[in-house]
Amino acid sequence: MSEAGTQVGIARARARAIVGRAGEATATRVDEVAVRAALAEVMDPELPIVSIVDLGMIGDVTVDPETGAVAVELLPTFVGCPAIGVIRGAVADRLATFGVPVGIDTTFRIPWTSDRITDAGRAALAEVGIAGPSAPEAVRCPWCASSLVVLDSAFGPTQCRSLYYCRECRQPFEAIKSV
Amino acid sequence: MNTTAASRTAAQPTAELSGLLCSMADDEFVIGFSDSEWTGIAPLLEEDVAMSSLAQDELGHAAALYGLLGALTDADADALAYDREPEGYRHCRLLDHGRGDWAMTIARRYLYDTADGIRLEALAGGSWMPLAELVGKLVREERYHRMHAGAWLDRLARSDGEPRDRLIAALGELGPDAATVFAPLPGEPALVAAGVLDAPMSELETRWRASIAPTFARLELPMPPDMSDPARGRLDHGNAFRWLWSEFTSVRRSDPGATW
Repeated sequence: MSEAGTQVGIARARARAIVGRAGEATATRVDEVAVRAALAEVMDPELPIVSIVDLGMIGDVTVDPETGAVAVELLPTFVGCPAIGVIRGAVADRLATFGVPVGIDTTFRIPWTSDRITDAGRAALAEVGIAGPSAPEAVRCPWCASSLVVLDSAFGPTQCRSLYYCRECRQPFEAIKSV
Repeated sequence: MNTTAASRTAAQPTAELSGLLCSMADDEFVIGFSDSEWTGIAPLLEEDVAMSSLAQDELGHAAALYGLLGALTDADADALAYDREPEGYRHCRLLDHGRGDWAMTIARRYLYDTADGIRLEALAGGSWMPLAELVGKLVREERYHRMHAGAWLDRLARSDGEPRDRLIAALGELGPDAATVFAPLPGEPALVAAGVLDAPMSELETRWRASIAPTFARLELPMPPDMSDPARGRLDHGNAFRWLWSEFTSVRRSDPGATW
């Protein structure tokens, strides 16, 4: 089979999966728990090892009892986060499988703060060498847990990360900014 | 602003708010573009990343502020950012001095970041929710900007010889424009009366001077003098800004109305 054929095949399989899931969803009730569970499958595009739920990017989720319409508040981690459009699209795609109207409100009503990251989110970040947020003087090396670390630069590869160096295990690492 | 324009402004209920949003958005937009001029040529790799990240933060803040302004005045945020003539921008003259050397960049960033911090504090509890909510978020990010500028100010000021000399020269050049973040805004009393802003700009300038005085004293740096012409603190942008404007509008002007 040609490569193009494979791509078409994958696209068709995805389309069937989406139709299938939408069919199931309309048979069952759409509620806040189901919506949050679905959102937990949406990964952050810059850190695809952690979900937007574990990053604390979801605010209020409401389901209209009459229409079943879903309204989700999306909280950008940083005001100028360039990934927010991609995340919004991924949320819309995932929730489209419920087959109900979906509204996504990107808002600063509840400011995203780094302490919204869940314990599971912190563990997933540490797994790939990114220390979770803490006061600059309390940052620990995600590799060896040492506190003998120095801040190399407050600004890292993305808006939400700083650069550190561990003097104990002599490894550079990143830490989520504490905002 | 002439008398006719001022009376027209007073007649519009949203005009004072628009003026405030425009001044803040233009400040963030212009300093963001100035910072981005260091991308690829900063003195250290970490600073290359830092200046690029600062630029990204500031342009993001500008986009959010132009978004609020656009919603208020029924205008497109991109048009607000890119389609005005240089004379139409209302950023403060502190940001009109060109990129300069590293000491100039640090001096400008330190003066701007500390002043912007005081301005944001004065808006954080404001009565207009869309702005107060956004400011709640901006304050958290700007803290890192101040840490960065403060650490560099310290490093340059305490390195006798060329670094300190250049820093003092930069502070001297910026001097008469240093406080222009607090140049009076048209309709400022109405903003204070409505509870959008917690005090007049002159009071914010006093707070700012009190906040930076201990650092300037410790580092034995000359405090910024008074503004040379407060009423024109956001007007009369010179050639350095005209050049920057020609850069940041060049793509937009090459194909007006194109979508990306």
